[in-house]
Amino acid sequence: MSKFKKTSKSSNDIPTAALPDIIFMLLFFFMVTTVLRETDIMVKQKLPKATQLTKIERKSLVSYIYMGEPKNTSLYGDEPKIQVNDVFVVKEDIVQFVNQEKDKLSEVERDQITMSMKVDEAVKMGIVSDVQQELRKANARKLLYSSLKGLQED
Amino acid sequence: MPRGNRDTPEVSSGSMADIAFLLLIFFLVTTTIANDKGIAMLLPPPPDPNQEDIEIKLQERNIFKILANSQDKMLVENEPYTGSMEDLKEDVKKFILNFGNPSADGIEVYNSLPPSLKTYVNQNGKRPESSDDPTSGNAVVSFKAARGTTYELYIQILDAVNAAYNEVYAERVGITADEWLTLDKDDDIQKDMYKRSRQGIPRAISIAEPD
Repeated sequence: MSKFKKTSKSSNDIPTAALPDIIFMLLFFFMVTTVLRETDIMVKQKLPKATQLTKIERKSLVSYIYMGEPKNTSLYGDEPKIQVNDVFVVKEDIVQFVNQEKDKLSEVERDQITMSMKVDEAVKMGIVSDVQQELRKANARKLLYSSLKGLQED
Repeated sequence: MPRGNRDTPEVSSGSMADIAFLLLIFFLVTTTIANDKGIAMLLPPPPDPNQEDIEIKLQERNIFKILANSQDKMLVENEPYTGSMEDLKEDVKKFILNFGNPSADGIEVYNSLPPSLKTYVNQNGKRPESSDDPTSGNAVVSFKAARGTTYELYIQILDAVNAAYNEVYAERVGITADEWLTLDKDDDIQKDMYKRSRQGIPRAISIAEPD
């Protein structure tokens, strides 16, 4: 009898010695996945929804163009604006911007530059197509209309 | 030496978990899981000023025309369009796989289709007033948006047209459209599948400049 009694005397405490390790693992995961945002987006960004999305293969080849109504309408007005890096630009500056971005890449990769257009869904097509014309001039023809995964509408 | 050197000094590690927690919370808050997905497109090359405009004549029946005006109303094949994007996708799909008057290349493409798509063609296609065959220049989707069209509608239409093409490609190699989109082009087998699916059916989407 005494044999069985011994075994039932187990403690109910969960060992917490491994807790710091678990937390560290989580910490490393988030440290690795974090991308600190380098630009401050000054335009409204409500991306459109689409279903046929493709992933960017190489992130180093991507440059971003933001378009939308400025967040600070009292300062910049409520007409949609184009933002690259940290500043608002007019469409004539796009060629220069593309050339700057191309200079950052190596010789062989220059033609593969992809422009990711992050455009607010309320923006009218006029300004978007103006930018596209400038991109054609700058010979940056690969384009990605950044959008969110949306459900098929019925 | 009776100096108490025996008990080695230890840094207390009890608060390590707390420090790790603090860091964890910091990274949790600052993390934005990158969302870099979208509809890929290739712009046409810049117009060459030395070259005169070459007029490429296509048969009217070989062009699927989509127009969107500044009130976000659509005109599809010269008819006001009220249906959903799902219907538009089906219409585009029917247009691509019409085979109304296939050329030699077109017949070859038709023969390469799996039985399910052949049935689809025989049920919905073979209309003389629609595209000849899906080969280059014989089935072009032309999309023109006005300057006042919203970007949202533009993306929706572009998405629907792309969906039509992707479904055809995917069905050709017997996978779903979602699987087709995630094909890895660095993998030889998957790249071959990708090439096979697109063989003879180019993604002919022409986006006209707004006036």
